[in-house]
Order: sequence, then structure tokens, then C-alpha cells
Amino acid sequence: MTAIHVEGLTKEFDGFVAVDDISFDIADGEIFGLLGPNGAGKTTTISMLATLLEPTAGMALVNGVDITDDQDGVRKSIGIVFQDQSLDEELTAWENMDFHGRLYRIPREVREERISTLLRLVELEDRKDSLVKTFSGGMRRRLEIARGLLHEPKVLFLDEPTLGLDPQTRNHLWHYIKSLNTEKGVTIILTTHYMDEADRLCDRIAIIDHGTIIAMDTPDRLKDRIGGDVVTIVSPDAAAIPAIMTAEWIIKTELHDGQVTIHLRDAETHIVELIGLFGTHALEISSVSIRKPTLEDVFLYYTGKTIREEEAGTMARMRMMHRAGRR
Amino acid sequence: MDIVYTLWLRNIKRYLRSKSRIVGSLGMPLFFLLALGFGLNSVVQIPGEGGAGYMEFIIPGIIAMSVLFTSVFSGIQVIWDKQFGFLKETLVAPVSRLEIMLGQTLGGATTALIQGAIILVLSLVIGLQFSGMTGFLIAFVFMLLIGICFAAFGIAIASKMEDMHGFQLIMNFVIFPIFGLSGALFPIESLPEWLRVVTYLDPLTYGVEGIRYGLLGTSAIGPLTCLGVLGGCTAVMIVIGAVLFRKASI
Repeated sequence: MTAIHVEGLTKEFDGFVAVDDISFDIADGEIFGLLGPNGAGKTTTISMLATLLEPTAGMALVNGVDITDDQDGVRKSIGIVFQDQSLDEELTAWENMDFHGRLYRIPREVREERISTLLRLVELEDRKDSLVKTFSGGMRRRLEIARGLLHEPKVLFLDEPTLGLDPQTRNHLWHYIKSLNTEKGVTIILTTHYMDEADRLCDRIAIIDHGTIIAMDTPDRLKDRIGGDVVTIVSPDAAAIPAIMTAEWIIKTELHDGQVTIHLRDAETHIVELIGLFGTHALEISSVSIRKPTLEDVFLYYTGKTIREEEAGTMARMRMMHRAGRR
Repeated sequence: MDIVYTLWLRNIKRYLRSKSRIVGSLGMPLFFLLALGFGLNSVVQIPGEGGAGYMEFIIPGIIAMSVLFTSVFSGIQVIWDKQFGFLKETLVAPVSRLEIMLGQTLGGATTALIQGAIILVLSLVIGLQFSGMTGFLIAFVFMLLIGICFAAFGIAIASKMEDMHGFQLIMNFVIFPIFGLSGALFPIESLPEWLRVVTYLDPLTYGVEGIRYGLLGTSAIGPLTCLGVLGGCTAVMIVIGAVLFRKASI
């Protein structure tokens, strides 16, 4: 079964294309990650799938229901945890849950039972009668996730679920998300710009940049696809390095931030030869590191930029767009 | 209906929890009542009102003022929900925006009614004569109508506003004139012709006169006319509020 089918989905804001003709399928029970820098179009994509934004072009089915033809049908079967907090701070944890349950027309007995169960699941049962404004960021996030599950959605959208949380809380949340998926069989679509989060949680990842999907596969296959190992060299002569990396075992060389990332096969056997090249050309080396590729390398491989460099550029563009939108 | 009730319930819970807001919004009406009432009672003679003092004359006006301010403010609070993200949670649920809007309106109107009732009770302490159950009931009907009308008006404004920055502007150039021109503080018969026309265009005038009829037994405009005009305004305002709220971006 397909939980989500997306075909040529596009969203334009005043001539700015936020999401550009993307297509993908998500199977039932999958954890699917949309990975990309801020402003890449992840939230816009999720907002369209959750019927909060109308697509400019293209179509999508969520649990077999068309997102433009039957918005209520889609809304009934999805849960969503927004990037920005969406709790009522003047209400208690229980009241926030109860409000949600009533909005989804869950009968009282079922509602009360589920609220208790879910609050226990996210370890907030002893704080259920405290006002949300007294909660920490992690507690609020957990409450929002519990709330998103209250009407037992088949698909759960998590928009940057661990943004701004401390490492311990993030670990905690990852654990929840994973167990939700395995125990309740909920299909989960999450957006993130944390590489480790995508790597740890997702069955499949779509790397999204400038509104288009540039690569989509399992984290392992994505890393395998760029091949071999990664050597990073920091050097004052960084600019001159790519020109001398011509050996046949070198797959790709990239220059960024005053360092060079070299994708190569069998780094262990070739490293001496590689360092030797620097001697022959009289280039200096400040530091060398060898590692297996991470998703960060995958991102770099496909976009030629690290995710942070990409964010710097996109955020400036976003701010301009935002201002234009206000006018 | 259950959705309307849910939204209503949330509004009431929030209202009852914010003690400072309840007390705070009693401040201005009480100040008006005491300063103007006691201050002008002995110097102002209301013509043709059967000897009613100025204090008694403005009590209905002050009650209407309290209802007006509370209801507009509770409508405008939708902006907070927008800014704090809570509106998204409501809008992504499988419910219509009309239900949400009606729930907000009735919630706001109810809190406004409670505020008005508090002033009414305090007025009895200050010296208002109890006019009988029917009279009070009539007053409450008009208070409720004012509440619904202006809560819907507040939502209409909130749907068009991005943030609370414009709030002061709305207060000074819309809400105060509505109050000031309503005949809450002066008898409209004694106004010059051109100004009287303006008061007839103000929906609150009919609310004030309606409450005045209920509490004092006399009014410059007949109670049925008041009911008809204010009821009509309320219906129109609900439609405007619902349409604007439906189009509001998140």
C-alpha cells in the first residue's frame, strides 16, 4: 500500500518557486525523511500534503485521498506536529489534548482513555494538570507529538521535530518516534536539516534543495552511491589541490571553506600515495582526516555545498521573499 | 454544534483563568461610572426622563461599553492564536472555518456578557433600582446581541490584521467612536440634527437604548426597533466575520 503518492507537486509564491515539480511515493509503515537546508521547501511540501496550502500545480494522494478534492478526508487521516509550537499555553496538558480530541469528534470515553495512555507514553502523566506555559521545550514537543497521535492517524507529519532541543531530549524523542513506527505502524514523514537525525531515523530519505529532490534512497545506499571513503584535507593551499587530484582511484574532489573533500576508493591503501602528491607539488597540509561518508558528504556530493553554506544563501533569499509576501 | 461548543469552552476556560483580565477590564467602566456618575449627577438634568438622575441614565451606557470592549477584544484575540501558532492546530482539524468562527464569537460574547453582568450587579449596589425580572431579561438579550455583534466584528478585524500593532489604531479610531457616538453618555434627543443622524448609524446606539429600556423602562428609541436593528447588524456582522475569517491566511 502507498501511504502517500506525490506527482509533479509545485508551489509558487509571487513568482518564487518554493517547491518545484516533485514526485515521490511513500509506502505504508515507512519513516520517510525530507532532508535539506532551511528554506529548501520541506515545510511547504508538508503544508501542501496536510491541506494547509493549495498546490500551484501537480497532485498528491494521502491514504488514497486527493489533497485538493477532499481536504477533510485527508485531515481525518493525518496527524501533524508543526515546526513552530501550536499549543495553547493557558490550558493544561490534559485540556490541550481534550480540545484536540473534541475537534476530531472522538467520543468521550475513548478520548479520555487515549489521552491517559498517550500522556503516559510521552511521560507527562504527572504533569497533566499543569499549564503548558510552565513546560520546557522538550515537554512541549512531546505533548505535541502525543496530541498528533490522539486521533490515531495513519500518517504522522513531523516538521523539524527536534529543532532547538538539547541532545538528550533529541535522543529521547528519536526513541519515541522509532517506537511509534514499529509498535503502532504509523507512517511517519519528517523534515529535518539534521543529518544525524535523518540517518538514525529514516528508512528512506529525499534530499531536497531549492525546491527539487536531488537524491532519494535509503541512507545506506545514498552513502554507498557516492562511493568509497572520504578524505578531508585542510590546507593553506586548498585552492591548488583539486588540480593535482588526477589519480584513477579518486572519484571526486570538492573545494569548500578552505578545505578539500576527496571521495576515493580504498582510502587505507591510497592514503600514503595521496599525501605523497602534496610533497611532489610542495603543498602544505594542516590536517587530514579519513572517514566513511556521512549524509553530509552525500549532500555535498550532490549540491557542491555543505548544508550550512546552502542555508546561509537560502535564508537571505527567504527573508526577501518573506518581506515581499507581507507587502 | 459540538465543535462550536469546543471552541466556546476553550474561550470560557481561558477567560475564567485570567483573573487579572477580568478585574482589569472592569477598571475603565467603573471609573466612568463613578467619575461621571457621581461627578455629574447633581449638575446634569436629563430632559424628559421622568426625573432620572444622570447616574441612572449612564448605567446602561456603561454596561454596553463593558460588553463592547470585552467582545471586540476577545475577537481580536484570534491574532494571538495566529501568532502563537494555535490557530494552525484548529485549522488543520477536519472542521469548517465557520464552526471555528461561530465558536470564537459565542465564546467572546459570553465573556462579554459576564463582564456586563458584573457591572450591572455593581450598579445595583451603587443605587440602580431593580426593574423586575422582565426588564433584566430584556437587558440581557441586548447585552448578548452587542456581545455577538462586536465579537464577530473583532474576528473580522483580526482576520485582516497581521499582528497586534494595529490594535491601538482600531481602539482609538473605531471602538471609542462607536462608544462615544452611541448615546451611552448623553441623551440623543438633545443632540443637533446632524449629529443625531450619526448616532442612528451606530449599531451600539440600539444596544444602549435597548438596555436602557430594560433597566429604566424608558428609551429614546422603541425597544422593538432596537431589537430589529441590532439583530440585523449582528446577523450582517456574523456573515462579514465568517467570510473574512474563511479567507484569512495563517
